[in-house]
Amino acid sequence: MTGVSGGIPVPDLICARCDKPLEMRKVEASYLGQTFPVELPCCPSCGFVYVSEDLAYGRMLKVEQALEDK
Amino acid sequence: MDGDQVKAWEALCIEEQPPACSAACPLHVDARAMAEKMAAGDFTGAIALYARVVPFPAIVAHICEHPCETVCRRAEAGGAVRIGALERALVEEAYPTVRRSAQRARKPKAVAVVGAGLAGLTAAFDLVMKGHAVTVFEADAQPLDRLHRDYRPAVLPPSAIEADVGALIKLGVDIRCRQRIGGDASLSLDALIADHDAVLMASGPGPASAFAATLRLNASGRIEVDRETRATSHPKVFASGLHDGSEEGWSAIGSAADGRRAAGSIDRFLQGASLTASRGGEAAGSCLYVEVGSHAAMPPVEAADPAAGYGHAEAIAEAARCFPCHCLECVKACPYLAHYKTYPKRAVREIYNNDSIIMGNRKSNRMIDSCALCGLCETLCPNDLAMGEVCLDARRSMVERGHMPASHHDFALRDMAFSRSDEVAFIRHQPGHDRSAVLFFPGCQLPASAPRQVEAVYRHLSERLPGGVGFMLDCCGAPAHWSGRLALHREVLDHLRTVWEEQGRPRVVTACSTCLKQIGEFLPDIPVASLWTELVAVGLPDVVAPRPVAGPLAIHDPCTGRHAHAVQAAVRSIAASLGAEVRELTGAEKTTCCGYGGLASFANPEVGNAFVDRRIEESDDDYLAYCAMCRDNFARRGKRALHLIDLVFPDADDPAARPDPGFSGRRDNRQRLRRRLLRDLWGESMSDPVPIPLVMTDAVRADIERKLLLIDDIAEVIAEAERTGRALKDRASGHLTASGRIGTVTTWVEYQPTDAGFVVHRAYGHRMQVEVKP
Ligand code: SF4
Ligand code: SF4
Ligand code: SF4
Ligand SMILES: [Zn+2]
Repeated sequence: MTGVSGGIPVPDLICARCDKPLEMRKVEASYLGQTFPVELPCCPSCGFVYVSEDLAYGRMLKVEQALEDK
Repeated sequence: MDGDQVKAWEALCIEEQPPACSAACPLHVDARAMAEKMAAGDFTGAIALYARVVPFPAIVAHICEHPCETVCRRAEAGGAVRIGALERALVEEAYPTVRRSAQRARKPKAVAVVGAGLAGLTAAFDLVMKGHAVTVFEADAQPLDRLHRDYRPAVLPPSAIEADVGALIKLGVDIRCRQRIGGDASLSLDALIADHDAVLMASGPGPASAFAATLRLNASGRIEVDRETRATSHPKVFASGLHDGSEEGWSAIGSAADGRRAAGSIDRFLQGASLTASRGGEAAGSCLYVEVGSHAAMPPVEAADPAAGYGHAEAIAEAARCFPCHCLECVKACPYLAHYKTYPKRAVREIYNNDSIIMGNRKSNRMIDSCALCGLCETLCPNDLAMGEVCLDARRSMVERGHMPASHHDFALRDMAFSRSDEVAFIRHQPGHDRSAVLFFPGCQLPASAPRQVEAVYRHLSERLPGGVGFMLDCCGAPAHWSGRLALHREVLDHLRTVWEEQGRPRVVTACSTCLKQIGEFLPDIPVASLWTELVAVGLPDVVAPRPVAGPLAIHDPCTGRHAHAVQAAVRSIAASLGAEVRELTGAEKTTCCGYGGLASFANPEVGNAFVDRRIEESDDDYLAYCAMCRDNFARRGKRALHLIDLVFPDADDPAARPDPGFSGRRDNRQRLRRRLLRDLWGESMSDPVPIPLVMTDAVRADIERKLLLIDDIAEVIAEAERTGRALKDRASGHLTASGRIGTVTTWVEYQPTDAGFVVHRAYGHRMQVEVKP
């Protein structure tokens, strides 16, 4: 499932704890027992993954609903 | 779902029955569809529909006896639609646009038709369209000789006959005139049978002794014909119905239908198929229900020049008089069915298919969960089809097999769980009593909406009713029932019964029409009454201050109280006794849902809003509700509405302006009510939790509501982020963004710590989980 990736780069966001800018990383998305790799902005040291609102109610929601109706 | 039950449901919906006109038409012309196209000015489309079933449009449009008009339902509202005249206008204007091409049969057969009357030529037309080679043998000098003789040219212009016959010849039918068959003629029936794969005798009634050697004759010396199949005693020979002399009178349209029936048999015979299997009867009636009363009477359009018939504009105007006939009584009233652009017969099938899918996408899940289970359709349907039963059955079946997305209902079920938790639920005997004759059960929505008045009601009932009035804050289990979760519903019911028995089996008085219905239906041994009938019995509180009723109130009954006649009467009498001028909307029986019923607004907010919004449009008066959810939904959508409890126990100057507390506010109200009552009435020590100070604009608050997020969850995410420092920071704005997994949702909050508290800028959520791979 590639549909979820594409979190846009977020230059101004930094990890508050590690004080590091976020970088695009391959992470694992999972829902209803299905897992698939996606690329999302993350903190390079602690791994905090950022999901934007656009992503949450855009492509992510579409994928959620598609999986729900499978 | 049970297939037989589904079939029974489907059978109740008669929307797919043909309208009376097409049922009465021997060729089953779809006059309804034709008139709809004509009314829209699409004459080409209309004549295409007409010519699809009528073999000779020009001829038939002039001479059809239009039995359709005798049964047209428009007759009850101004006069039957002049379908015959419409067809003639169609032909006058659009005949040249008729396009036809014969199918190419894989193995074309040769068919002989004896007689070029309307029956014979209709059969020839049907068979040539199926790709067969058809030769017509006519004894007279020209085809359709009878039409030339019987109709004046003013009625049936010879040019119309020529045009249709010409079109038939163009399709490949070979018409041979002056060719008598049988007797001393050169061509014998036996020769035709030998040269062709099938023969149709269509030369009309009359003695048939010439064929006695080949075909069995009846007592009156005519060819013996099977009424249903038009078969004769010879397997290759068929005969139109007129041959046996039993037909009462000749009619043009009847002859065409006769030829069509014979052609149908011949085609079956040529394909080796059964002549009788699944063949519709000739005279199909219709039981399509039409609410004629909703149409104003309108007389037929009179043509300016009767001899010429309708002109273009006249035909459009007359076509527009067709209703068109439909039932759709439920669809007209139900925003849910309207949203899905469907009607029950189709919807039931779709729901069943969705339930039975083994592999692949279930496209109708949300549709099944969007019905309000409100019972309005059943009330309106001439056959009492209850879509709510269908949807609930489907929900149960799909939930049981794990096929229904939990996301549709988990917010509502979480709210129910909260109402049943120790944070809200409690039960006590009246202070100073160790037993309860009566148990006041306000339900979970009134305490969530008007907690102060719930307390006032309780104090009033305790004063007026002897024997101790207990108090129980809990949920009746309606959300579990509506969501199709049978096990969870059972669990709630068992709990209620246990608690009720522990309390000494008191009589229950509830303030909620849903609780009343749920308890009555699922816990029938628990005696239960509505607060409103109870108030009529014990009397209203005596107050000094006049009650805040300004202007008339339009009364909205809850859908769960559709049939609770005693409650409806009590509510009206209470309102009247308090000086309110109460006006009816639809009346209780036909009331509509506020969108909360069946959890519709959780599975499908758009449908949920459509329910409320449509109801709001019905009147400009302030609304008077007696279900807290109805009232709050009106308020949420901007309609001034008050709850009957606002009249009986006034708490605000302008109760109709009371805002919707929202989901977070509802939780808060329930929790606070519990703490206050336990502290004030039962003297129990309660500590109030210290809330995390959150600051947000109304717009942010409304956005959070719309997204079904809870303030409590947002506060928890912020608290956790502040404790651990796990958050993202926007260097430009200084805003922090944190997230937390609560239940099945990851909640994100963008916030900013300030002196006034944490300013929440936005919140959002998703169900999918994302993690850096270990
Ligand atoms: S009103 Fe229209 S649809 Fe109904 S019977 Fe008459 S022509 Fe047919
Ligand atoms: S929402 Fe109400 S009227 Fe509409 S189909 Fe469901 S039960 Fe029937
Ligand atoms: S009211 Fe609705 S369900 Fe009943 S017959 Fe008419 S269209 Fe069908
Ligand atoms: Zn970090």
